[in-house]
Amino acid sequence: MAAVSASPPSSSSSAAASMGLDSGDKVPHVLAVDDSFVDRKIIERLLTHSACKVTTAENAHGALELLGLADGQQNFSNTVSNVSMIITDYCMPGMTGYELLKKIKESPKVKQIPVIVVSSENIPTRIEKCLEEGAEEFLLKPLRLSDVKKLRCHLTSNAGNNSDEGLICVGR
Amino acid sequence: MSAVKLESETMADGVSQLQKQLVDYTASLFDEAFLDEQFNQLQQLQDENNPDFVVEVVSLFFKDSERLMDELSKALDQQTVDFKLVDKNVHQLKGSSSSIGVQRVQRACIAFRDCSEEQNVEGCLKSLQHVKHEYYLVKNKLETLFNLQKQILAAGGPLPGK
Repeated sequence: MAAVSASPPSSSSSAAASMGLDSGDKVPHVLAVDDSFVDRKIIERLLTHSACKVTTAENAHGALELLGLADGQQNFSNTVSNVSMIITDYCMPGMTGYELLKKIKESPKVKQIPVIVVSSENIPTRIEKCLEEGAEEFLLKPLRLSDVKKLRCHLTSNAGNNSDEGLICVGR
Repeated sequence: MSAVKLESETMADGVSQLQKQLVDYTASLFDEAFLDEQFNQLQQLQDENNPDFVVEVVSLFFKDSERLMDELSKALDQQTVDFKLVDKNVHQLKGSSSSIGVQRVQRACIAFRDCSEEQNVEGCLKSLQHVKHEYYLVKNKLETLFNLQKQILAAGGPLPGK
């Protein structure tokens, strides 16, 4: 009697395969918020290089609108769905990344989405307060490929799928 | 018997000469701290599906920086200098320089920030001059680098390291 072994479906996309995702998984959707044109372009490319779908916003208010959380929001036609992770710059005009983080964590609708705060300044009190407010990670700019790779464990654990790949979050 | 070079061999020589030029030129830019590791990171993000990524993001940086330096000139020209505004613009310029990997510009911005924190107008004006100097130097060098890359691609050769 021949033994039939079940093997996981092979991914047709090499990028998805390198992410440890099989073809049944949804592509992670990341919302990146930064007021700098240059940094937005770079973070977008860093994420698409890691096989993510990316939506960018140039300020916190724009991000809230995309999430359908802006005060008095009437128009929901531009809102995005299935956001797996939010990466936000700390220093932004108007509302800071910290204030955006707070709003997200206060909202029952989106508080489970992991939020990563990034900053060009290494200020321990700033880092602490972001982590206390529920930020998953606080990363220093400029972001590198190795930083984005580290963030993958947050994506997989929140993609809401039954991935057989067990990615372990090693260190913060 | 004289060796006659095939046209294709001559072309291949031309391409490899250009490639060597590019490798040497790029190495010198890193040696002289015009560029740092962050620039390498950007190059790694370029591939067949995103073949112009570096040129595009650097062009964005040029446009943004020139705007910021103009704003800084204006701000320092006022009767009463708004140092908060100066600091905000220098911070942005420092941030984008760091993201692109243009180290000397970034360092010049750090020195600039010190002057703006001390609310020293003279110092800020000198710092701005220094930032502009480093900026135009590296802009020129990057344009030379991109030109070399274009020449190699036009001659049918692959970029070195690819």
